[in-house]
This record gives sequence, structure tokens and C-alpha cells, in this order.
Amino acid sequence: MEQLLGALASMAAGVGACVLYFWGGNAVLDLIFPARGPDIGPNIRRANMVRPWLFLGPALVLLTVYLIYPVFNSLVLSFYGPSAETYVGFSNYTWLLADPGFHESMRNNLLWLIVVPAAATFFGLIAATLTDNIGWGNIAKSLIFMPMAISFVGASVIWKFVYDIRSEDVDQIGLLNAIVVALGGEPQAWIALPFWNNFFLMIILIWIQTGFAMVILSAALRGIPEETVEAAVLDGANPFQIFLKIKVPQIWGTIAVVWTTITILVLKVFDIVLAMTNGQWGSQVLANYMFDWMFRGLDFGRSATIALVIMVMVVPIMIWNIREARKDA
Amino acid sequence: MTSVSLKNVSKSYGTVEVLRNIDLEIEQGELIVFVGPSGCGKSTLLRMIAGLETITGGDLTIDDIRMNDTPPAQRGIAMVFQTYALYPHMTVRDNMAFGMKIAKKPKAEIDAAVANAARILQLEPYLDRLPKALSGGQRQRVAIGRAIVRDPKVFLFDEPLSNLDAALRVATRIEIAQLKESMPESTMIYVTHDQVEAMTLASRIVVLHGGDIEQVGAPLELYERPANTFVAQFIGSPAMNLLNASVVKTGASTTVRLDHGGEVTVPIASRAEDAGAKVRLGVRPEDLTLAPPEGSFLKADVEIIEALGETTVIYFKPVDTGTDPLIAKLPGIHKVAKGAGLSLAAAPEKLHLFGEDGLSYLYRD
Amino acid sequence: MDGIAGRKPMLLWVVHLSVLALVVLWTIPTFGLLVSSFRDGDQLSVSGWWTALTSTERNIVFRAPAADAQVEEGGQWVIAGNVFEDSQPGRITAFGVSSREPAAYTPGTPVELKDGASLSLSETGDFRISSPEKMTDKRGTRIFFTSIDPPRFTLENYRKVLFSEGIGKSFINTMTVTIPATVIPILIAAYAAYALSWMAFPGRSLLVAVVVGLLVVPLQMSLIPLLRLYTDVGIGKSYVGIWLAHTGFGLPLAIYLLRNYIKGLPKEIIESARVDGASDFAIFVKIVLPLSFPALASFAIFQFLWVWNDLLVATVFLGNNEEQLVMTGRLRELLGSRGGNWEILTASAFVSIAVPLLVFFTLQRYLVRGLLAGSVK
Repeated sequence: MEQLLGALASMAAGVGACVLYFWGGNAVLDLIFPARGPDIGPNIRRANMVRPWLFLGPALVLLTVYLIYPVFNSLVLSFYGPSAETYVGFSNYTWLLADPGFHESMRNNLLWLIVVPAAATFFGLIAATLTDNIGWGNIAKSLIFMPMAISFVGASVIWKFVYDIRSEDVDQIGLLNAIVVALGGEPQAWIALPFWNNFFLMIILIWIQTGFAMVILSAALRGIPEETVEAAVLDGANPFQIFLKIKVPQIWGTIAVVWTTITILVLKVFDIVLAMTNGQWGSQVLANYMFDWMFRGLDFGRSATIALVIMVMVVPIMIWNIREARKDA
Repeated sequence: MTSVSLKNVSKSYGTVEVLRNIDLEIEQGELIVFVGPSGCGKSTLLRMIAGLETITGGDLTIDDIRMNDTPPAQRGIAMVFQTYALYPHMTVRDNMAFGMKIAKKPKAEIDAAVANAARILQLEPYLDRLPKALSGGQRQRVAIGRAIVRDPKVFLFDEPLSNLDAALRVATRIEIAQLKESMPESTMIYVTHDQVEAMTLASRIVVLHGGDIEQVGAPLELYERPANTFVAQFIGSPAMNLLNASVVKTGASTTVRLDHGGEVTVPIASRAEDAGAKVRLGVRPEDLTLAPPEGSFLKADVEIIEALGETTVIYFKPVDTGTDPLIAKLPGIHKVAKGAGLSLAAAPEKLHLFGEDGLSYLYRD
Repeated sequence: MDGIAGRKPMLLWVVHLSVLALVVLWTIPTFGLLVSSFRDGDQLSVSGWWTALTSTERNIVFRAPAADAQVEEGGQWVIAGNVFEDSQPGRITAFGVSSREPAAYTPGTPVELKDGASLSLSETGDFRISSPEKMTDKRGTRIFFTSIDPPRFTLENYRKVLFSEGIGKSFINTMTVTIPATVIPILIAAYAAYALSWMAFPGRSLLVAVVVGLLVVPLQMSLIPLLRLYTDVGIGKSYVGIWLAHTGFGLPLAIYLLRNYIKGLPKEIIESARVDGASDFAIFVKIVLPLSFPALASFAIFQFLWVWNDLLVATVFLGNNEEQLVMTGRLRELLGSRGGNWEILTASAFVSIAVPLLVFFTLQRYLVRGLLAGSVK
């Protein structure tokens, strides 16, 4: 309790400091360049030149320290040894290229990149279309959307329970194995099946992200001019044709946005693998591999190099996003 | 006493000049209307007076004080926006009081000012409502009330009626006219693209076109004595007909021969060197009359007839090749057949004469 | 679309059923977790949660006390007790006294033991071994029985995880991380967003582009440099460190979301306030902030869910000790150390997802709005 009060106090202090900074900074600015007197014109102009930077200041400092500086620092670190003291040239990179763990992570990451965005967008689109047409659609949406609020670790617990395995002679308490046994199959240790276990981990992320895709695509579908659909009805198109030929083509832009957003998330996926398998049984991914080298391998150089690989994979999307944003502005 | 004065004012965005060398003196108590087609710079000019746009050249003075670099709040102006710009999270009362609260006026003074504005605009029952609970007309009245509370030297109106429906627009227009009458000392500048608003409200109209002032004058002066073909066609609806002609006789009155019609003498002076010059003869649709062939100077074929009951508007095939249709607006009901050839005439004193440069012969010194 | 004539009702049924199937697929894993967390640990480990409402059958071996527990009662030597002494009570359907025939008798039937002793066992588990002679065996008689257990639900799991597995403490740690890390970035981002929307200065569009670019920078990039920086500066593993880290990582989205919203406010309102004499500071505090409430709420929910659910940042910037371990970290630890104890895991998981779910269901409207503002161009 005491600790929580401490947290509230520091929150108040933090907010207070912000308010004081912005209000005080503004007051000082008004004092230096008063908006009255003989120099009123130039003073106002000068104050208006300074004020944006006053407002932006804290944000710029934080962004620089927490996001911009680390990118460059990681680049430097990738040329250094484990404790970041000895320069090792490109040896981290040559190690990486030859490392089987890295190959496995890359292969799995590519699998994730193909399967998860595709499946989540697909299910999201289906869910959006179907729920838009029925009375209890909003309740259904809310339930499909719900996993979004659950942490990756929480989701891992939920799904590990689904994938649980018991020996063949007792009742299965994992839902999946119970179904398999009921259908006459043999129970499997799903998350330890080489290669296929990747898909069982992906299901968790798909389960979480479908709701996101559904919400965004549903809004886009509703934004389609009703007249185009009505025109298609008059032209004799059936519901499937309307969906595929009239609606989907009109929301390609949104589908792309959903796809890329999930792609970014997939590149950073870490918690699920850590909690479910910790990279065993051939399920390693880059983000977890990086974490592994950071905390268990205690090699900052190699770890930074792996992080840079993730960064490089994000760059195309970053550029695309910036270009889209500039188009709007 | 001069209230607002613009001297050689100009505005450019980078290399694009949107207003050139604007000179204008506005007297205290006037209601000046800036009118012109969209993109003519009328709103920009108003916003420069308000201080919402910087002035890139020339001088603006309000009550003889140079205001170019003064922030909007200290210019002694109040502005009513087209979209009302009410603060959606404040009640009507707080909306009207906001400016005075910012200026840290005593509470009693604020309350009195708000009460006064609410009384003038009949907003008393709505003072504690949020803007979203008001109709469009009421919102516009709150916006006007907010301006009144500021007790400005100059009121600025930026197309205040454009967001209202037709019936409400007429009613609110009349309210603004009454408001002006109740505040004879206040100067008002009003921007609109609607010439009816301009004609009914203005003491003087400023016609702007492409960043220049085309003409400044009282409403009927613009109608009766337009300075150029642009003003001639912009004021009045349907627009004035312009017919190609050449001068055949000069003097105190001028005789012209239409390129496709007869001769007509206009009581407007011309100079000896004008003989043979190409001119344009202007005649408003409502000034054209049907006449027997011998008394007419123009013959045209009927193309479309719009019978409105009180008037009949007849569109003829263009008389001059490649120009707009000729239009006549005749009082009452006229049964004419499509394709019929009609003879037209007009009283000489209703005719206008413009040179090849588009300027009226009336204003040549 | 509702009014279009001649639509096939069949198709509508297919739609209803498909949606139902989707909803069931999507909710059943969580539902299973919820049900399991209220089940008795013994039952949970032998039967699936979907059987929670039916009785379970158990085969148990009970060893009756040895001869030294006997008492004399009216000339008979008696050992009495209940076979459910060390397990949850149930209803006995059959029993036996040898492992070859563990279900030879029905309750109530007296059974002859060796040496003239006899055993009776009731349905409720009360047994009585009586002998005319004094009994001498050193090891008690084994009783095999089959018991039908009624479904049992309990709050015991929650009591256990909250007070003895450390989840309660972790809950408070998570709160300690989350509250400041949600509130502090809002104010900083709102000022920046206002400057980027309504103030003119050179380099503005470049800054906007930078913010958009930073939206996708992977967190992984920042971990090592910041860890080293923290050590150098002396922040180390502390709450201040993680608050600032979450603030920094949350800022791009916060600025982006809020700027999209604030830029969309009607220009005339800002201008009108300027004509009314408000400074940029007053416009921001009195006009922009109150009007931006929906966007602020959206971002607050995002950031709250993100920080509450975060594992990576907490693992890197906070210690693994009792004072600092957050719920996601604790859950992950339990998953490793108590992998088989599903009653602990399910209850812990549910405690950790309860708050986000509550926030989600009450404030869903703002969350959706924020998602749309953040993604749809």
C-alpha cells in the first residue's frame, strides 16, 4: 500500500513538474518578450519563434534519449565484444551469418511474418463482414476483440492450458488433446513438436490480433458508400460477389495498414515464445534470441547485432509509413 | 472619422500574390461588404484586418493606430466566423464571457456585458446550454453575441450566413441589419459571396476580383454605374448582357452599331478619337423590352423560356458568335414559342458602354 | 440494406451460425481458464474443465490405523474413523480390501477380515473394524474404495496465489509501474502534439515525419543502450527508470494519436480564441485540452494496457526481487516453476488479466476510437 501511495505521489510530482515546466516556461517567455510596449511586434515574433520549442522540449529530449540515441548506439555496439569494450570489427556479423540459432530464428520469423498477418487479417475481415450483418454483432465483436486486452504472458498461460498433455492412460485436461483423444487419436505434446510447434505458438498471436483487424476493417467496411453496394445489388451481384468485387477492392488501403501493423508486432514478438517454449524444440525467434544473448549469453555485441537485424526488417515499413503520412499532410 | 484604413496593403504566400495594393478607407459607423467570387481574396483581406494573417506589404491602421504587428486580441476587433466557432465544451454564457475572462475583467462587468448581449439577441433562455443543444440560427446569434460582448471598434463577419438554410438566412440577415441600426457608431466589415446580402446590408460594397479591388461604392451605384464589365456582370442576376459593337458617332451622347443588330444612341459622352472603336454595349436582362421591329435594335431567336409567373426569363440563341446566350427578363407572363424571332429594345439611359479594355465610358475623365 | 426485397433467410442463418462459431472459438480458451481457476485443485488435475459440473470418480487407497489405535467397546476391540481423513470427502460407490479386487463390495456390506475381524464402510466413508480379540497387526488394513466426488468450486486458489504465491505483491508492483507510466506521457505528448498541429515553426513537417518513423522502431533496439546508460547515470533498476522508459517508448504513438486529433479540431475555434485574446498557452489549456478528451482517453487506455501487459521492459529495467517483480514476470516464473499446478497458474493468470479486461469492457468505445485514429488514414 505504502508503495502504491509512493507511486501516486511520484505521479503527482511528475505531472506537477510537467505543469510547472510548461506554465513556468511560458511565463518566463512572456517576461522576456512582453507583448506590449514599443517592441511589441518584434517581441511577439520572437516569442512565437521560441514557444513551439518550449512545448516540444520534453518530448524531443525523451524521444532522442529513448529511441534515437539507442539506434546509433546499437550500431556502434555491434562492432564491439561481449562487454562493449573491445573493438571486434565485423566478427559479430560473421558469427551471426554462420550461427545455426540465427538461421533457425530467421526461418521461424519469416514463417511468423507470412502466417500471422495473413491469418489475422483474413479472420478479421471475415469477422467484420459477418458481424456487421447481424443484430448481436456488437456483442460478438466485443468478445472476439477481448483477447486484445490480455497480456502475451496471460495468453500463453491460457493456451498452454489448451495444449496441455497427460499420459495416455488418464483423462486429458487440455482441450486440444481431449478433442484429439475423443476423435480416436493419440495425445500430442503440441508445443514440443518440431516445426509444427511454431504454428501452435502463432495461433496465440492470431487469436490476439484478429480482434484488432476486425475493428479496423469493420470501420472501413462501414465507410464504403452504400450506393456502390446498392448499385451492385441492382446489377444482380450475389453477396459473395459484392464482398469480393465491390467491398474488398474499396478497402485495400485499410487492409494494407492492418497487415503492416501486425507485421511490425510480429517482428517484435517475444513474450509468447519466452513463456511457451523459451526457444526450445526449434521455435526460436529473433526477439527472443536477442534477449537470450543479452541475459543468458551476456554478450551485448551479439545481442545488439541481432537487434539491428530486427530494425533493418522494420525499415521498409517505416519508409512506407512516412511517405503515406507526408501524403496526408 | 476614419475607422479602418488600408494603405497599399498586399499579401503574398511565397511568390504567389493573392492581394495587390489594396487602398481603402472605412468610416466609423459604416457597414462595408467585401464581395467577390471565391478565391478573390476577400476572406484573406478580412483575416488580415483581424490579425489572423500577416500583412506582407502596406499599412493597416485602426483608429489611426498602425496595427500590422498587433496581436488580434489587442486590435479592438471581434469576429464572427462562418462555422460559428463556438467553444463546444462551454455554455453559451461561458462562450460569450471567454474573451473578457481572458482579459481578467471584473465579474460584475462580464455579467452585465453578457446579459446585455443576450437581451439584444434574445438568447436569455439559452445561456446555460451547450452549443450542441442549439439550432443553427441560435448558434449564429451566440457567435454574434460573443462579438458584441467584446464591445469592439470593428465587427468582422466572415460569411456568417453561409451555413444557414435559405429561410433562416433571410431572417438572420434582417436581424443583422437591425443590429447595425441599433449600433450606429459601430463599424462593421462583412464578407460574403452572396450579392443579395451585399446589396441589402451594405452602406458601401467593395467588389474584389483576383486580388484587386474592382469598384467601391453604394449598392445602387454599383448596379447603375458599374465601373467595368466584371462589376457589371457580377452585380445583378441574371448577369448583364454584353454585346459587341463599334462607335459610329461621338459626342455628348454616343451612337454605336451592334455587330449583329441595329444602331442605338446612348446618353454617355465619348471623345472624338473613339470613332470606330470596338466597344461593348451593356444591357441588363430586366431592362430589355419587347418592341415592334422598327423600334428595336436587336433581333434574337428564343431558345428556352422560364415562366416564373411574376417574370418570364427568356434565353435567346447567342447573338454574337461564341458568346453567352442573350437573356431578357420581362415582367409578367409572356407566351412565346420556342424558336420565335423577337425584336428587342431598351431605354437609352439604361444602357452601359464599355471600352475594349472592359472599363466603363462613364468613369473616363 | 435491411430493406432489400427477396433476401434468402438461409444465408442469414449461415451468418448467425458462423459468427457463433467464431465467438465460441475465440472465447473458449479464456472461459476454460476462468472455470478452472475456481475448481478444486485435485479435480482440476484429473478431469477437463468442461466436466466441471459433473461428478468425478476417484480410486483411492486408504490405510486404516494400526492395532495400537484400537479401543475396547463393550467387549469388542474397535478401530474406527473416516477414509476421507486426508482427502476431499466424496460418496463411496464400491470398496474392497485387496488390490486384486478393489471394488468387490458395496458400502454397508460387512466384510470378513482375517482373524475373525470384520470391516464395515458406509457411503460417507465412516469405517469400523471390530474384532472379539485384541488386534495385533503392526500395519493397518488397506481399504480400496471408489468415490464419486460432487463438483467442487472454491476461492482457495485465489487465496493461495494472492497471499502465498506473491501475486498480491506483484499486483501492487504492477500498479506502481502502470499509473505514473500512463499519466506522465499524456501531458508531454499533448503539448508536443499541439505545437506540431497549430504552431508554425521551421522543421515542423520533418519532426512529424520523425515521429511517424519512430512509431515502428523495435523496442529491442533500445534495451542494451539504455541498460548501459542507466548503469552509467546511476538510475539502475528502479521504478523511476521504468516510468521514464515507458514514457519514452509510448511517446511516438501518443504524439501521433493526439496530433491527428488536435489537428482535426476546427481552425476557427482556435482563431476565435486568439481573437478573444487567449495566448497559445491559454488556448491549449482552456480549449484544446478539454476538447481532446476522447483522444486523451484513447491513448490513456492504450498506454495502460500496454504497460500493464508488458513483460520485456519490466524484465530488463526492473529487478527480479519481491519488491519489483511485476505480474507478467511472476506469471512467467510460475509457468516455469509450477508448470503442472494448473490451479495456481489459472488463478494467477486470471488475476493478472482481470484489470485489463475490466478496462477493456468498460472503456471499449475509446479504445476503438483510438485504434481507428491510429491506423486508418
